[in-house]
Amino acid sequence: MPNVPATQLKPFTTLWGRPADVVEEPLMTHPSDTGPAPVLALKDISKSFGAVRALRDVSLELFPGEVHALAGENGAGKSTLIKTLAGVHRPDAGQVLLDGESTVFHGPADARDAGIAVIYQEPTLFPDLSIAENIFMGRQPRRALGRIDHKATHAATLALMQRLGVELDPDRPARGLSIADQQIVEIAKALSFDARVLIMDEPTAALTGSEVARLFGVVRTLRDQGSAVLFISHRLEEIFQICERVTTLRDGAWIASEPLDGMTEDDLVRRMVGRDLDELYPKQDVRAGEVALSVRRLTREGVFTDVSFEVRRGEIVGLAGLVGAGRTEVARAVFGVDRWDGGEVEVDGRTLTNGAPSTAMAAGLALVPEDRRAQGLVMDMSIERNIGLTGLRSTVRAGLMDRGAERSRSLDWAVKLQVKYARIADTVSTLSGGNQQKVVLAKWLATGPKVLIVDEPTRGIDVGTKAEVHRLLSELAADGVAVLMISSDLPEILGMADRVLVMHEGRLTAEIPRSEATEETVMAAATGRAA
Amino acid sequence: MADSPLARAVRWDTVVGALLIVLLLFSFGFVDGFGNALNLSFLIGNTLPIALIALPMTLLVVAGEIDLSVASTAGLSGAVMGALWNQGMSIETIIPLCLLLGVVCGLVNGLLVTRLGLPSLAVTIGTLAAYRGVAQIVLGSDAVTDFPTQYLDFAAGRIGDTFLPQAFLPFLVLLAVAVVVLHATPFGRSAFAVGANEEAARFAGVRVKRQKLILFVATGFMASLTGVFWALHYASARYDNATGLELSVVAAVLLGGIDFDGGKGTLGGAIAGVFLLGALQNVMSLLNVSAQSQIVVTGVLLVVSVLGPRVARQISVARAGRRAATTQT
Repeated sequence: MPNVPATQLKPFTTLWGRPADVVEEPLMTHPSDTGPAPVLALKDISKSFGAVRALRDVSLELFPGEVHALAGENGAGKSTLIKTLAGVHRPDAGQVLLDGESTVFHGPADARDAGIAVIYQEPTLFPDLSIAENIFMGRQPRRALGRIDHKATHAATLALMQRLGVELDPDRPARGLSIADQQIVEIAKALSFDARVLIMDEPTAALTGSEVARLFGVVRTLRDQGSAVLFISHRLEEIFQICERVTTLRDGAWIASEPLDGMTEDDLVRRMVGRDLDELYPKQDVRAGEVALSVRRLTREGVFTDVSFEVRRGEIVGLAGLVGAGRTEVARAVFGVDRWDGGEVEVDGRTLTNGAPSTAMAAGLALVPEDRRAQGLVMDMSIERNIGLTGLRSTVRAGLMDRGAERSRSLDWAVKLQVKYARIADTVSTLSGGNQQKVVLAKWLATGPKVLIVDEPTRGIDVGTKAEVHRLLSELAADGVAVLMISSDLPEILGMADRVLVMHEGRLTAEIPRSEATEETVMAAATGRAA
Repeated sequence: MADSPLARAVRWDTVVGALLIVLLLFSFGFVDGFGNALNLSFLIGNTLPIALIALPMTLLVVAGEIDLSVASTAGLSGAVMGALWNQGMSIETIIPLCLLLGVVCGLVNGLLVTRLGLPSLAVTIGTLAAYRGVAQIVLGSDAVTDFPTQYLDFAAGRIGDTFLPQAFLPFLVLLAVAVVVLHATPFGRSAFAVGANEEAARFAGVRVKRQKLILFVATGFMASLTGVFWALHYASARYDNATGLELSVVAAVLLGGIDFDGGKGTLGGAIAGVFLLGALQNVMSLLNVSAQSQIVVTGVLLVVSVLGPRVARQISVARAGRRAATTQT
């Protein structure tokens, strides 16, 4: 532990946070009977929004020097719990205990002053300011006459980076930093506020493997220095990798707080969903039919080059590759939201017009985009109208919107995909992430596509919904839809795809049949190593 | 937070509608000279140009764009109308040419915004100056007043013995068309989507650029129609006709609850906003409020209209917070 003043270390740091010590605690209890006091605790917290009971008698204890996982499906109450800890929500009942003393946070500023910081999935840095300026925004060290002391800012930032064990130049602008490094800057900012509790809300959702490792290195350093970390992720393997204990929520209720040591992923999933999960990758064997999507020598200068492939009816073709390899860009060009510079795309025998999504849709192509909030949904619009947006040509009578037809079309698909909502006229922003993704899928399945491209179809959604999405894709393929699935989740590609296409630096570098697709063969092609 | 049915009914556009009714009732009851047919016809006649341009402007703002060159387009068509009339061309030829000119003006705005990706605020401030400049070149400082009597009578006349201007009926038809287009067609539905999230609209197959281009062209067309009406209504075609009208239009549309950021609002609200501002100015004139004070009142009203919905929202949030706090104990 370099660069850490001894005073910053809590006495029990080394005892806690070691699985070996935790194992002795009985399962399903709070380990607070003995040992150190929790730095932050929630006791029997309840919170309702109108008729929705988001949290019911939930308790949670965070100890210094531990990384604690918060697990639960979308809608289980994780977000509400985080917002309660962060002072955004006031609980209806129950107590927030800070160092054992009952506290009321009147707002996020109170929580911050108490040493609680939340790191979100997508950091919000000012891209044109330097790392140091971002960290000390609005409270830079001053010299005489109120001038900013750049030297002191620089030095303080450097000290923070050393404490985190990373090398980032404080004067470098935030623009161009990887998302992992942006999160590290956010963490440094939190530390500059003397944060003792870090809440990390799905920090890894947009990270690549090596970035996750970098972030985890920082998290471990923090833990060893005595910080408490509450870690949220939908990737179960990460929970097991970095956390010592886990608290599980289901439908707003506290299910268990327990050490992870000795648990399996299946155990955790069972706690989260309350039953044994159906198979996560329910891939049916389907005989491939005729070619439905044919991409020939597609090129977009500087982005991807000479990409050719076919997808047949009944097939699920996985498109793998590292982030930035050009997979999403190919999908965008095929669908028409970007133009291509050369090549040809055919859907069901019809040649598509360059840069025209409406003709692609008319030919039977659907694209479930990567970013559901920015591209998939109009967040301020109702569920009904979001699904209806792809049906503006079909739910029309005499040139006017047929509202009855629009409603029944939307209801139909919302029900088919088991979207959980209160009213179909509610805005989609009121739904959980998994249900939002289902609305995007509903919106596109309602067009009756012959070819469906899904880009990261299960990013940021819980394991139960994930299994549902996979089953849906499998059923669609069985019904004769040609599916092209872009995913950075390798197990998902391996579990669902009949064939795997791999892109590397804008080119298609490999086509691997299901029988030969393994993590090694796919990663070798994705990283440009000869397979 | 589940809104009660009552709370959902109290939307900003209905508030503006209610304000308009209250103002009208007050004025009929307590303001001397308000209720006579001549005053009412003046009120409506003076408000019609704003109302006409507010129709396409509402759609444009809903789709996330704005056109500040409308008054200059109106002035330009008036000027061209006067110049061609001086050349001896027949009015039946001139008016279609003027409307075509409006379409071209709108097309130029639309192409600059959609093809070059420029912000419409900047583009139309530029064309605001440019179109007005062309108008001055075309007509100089002349005023053309000798248009055919039947046209002048139509633009200034009333329907029979009523207080309604003859031009009010065509306006009602255009209003109905605009309401249907915005609230009951796929085109209008797309406009809301484009204004709320252009990217998502594009990913849903909405032809965003085409949509915006059509809206700019429609706005140019309506602006030139207004320019023709203006010249006939006031029997005067000058290069500086309708100067500053764009601010009244934008003010009225915003007052009517159209979100400046796009994606929200109703045409009914916008038109209520137009007539609320028009009636307020009329009443203040009747009450001998000075012109300067009128401008102040209008300005304050506009700021309130932008603030109103936000304050209302914050009050409801605060109330929910208090409820939560009381149940806690």
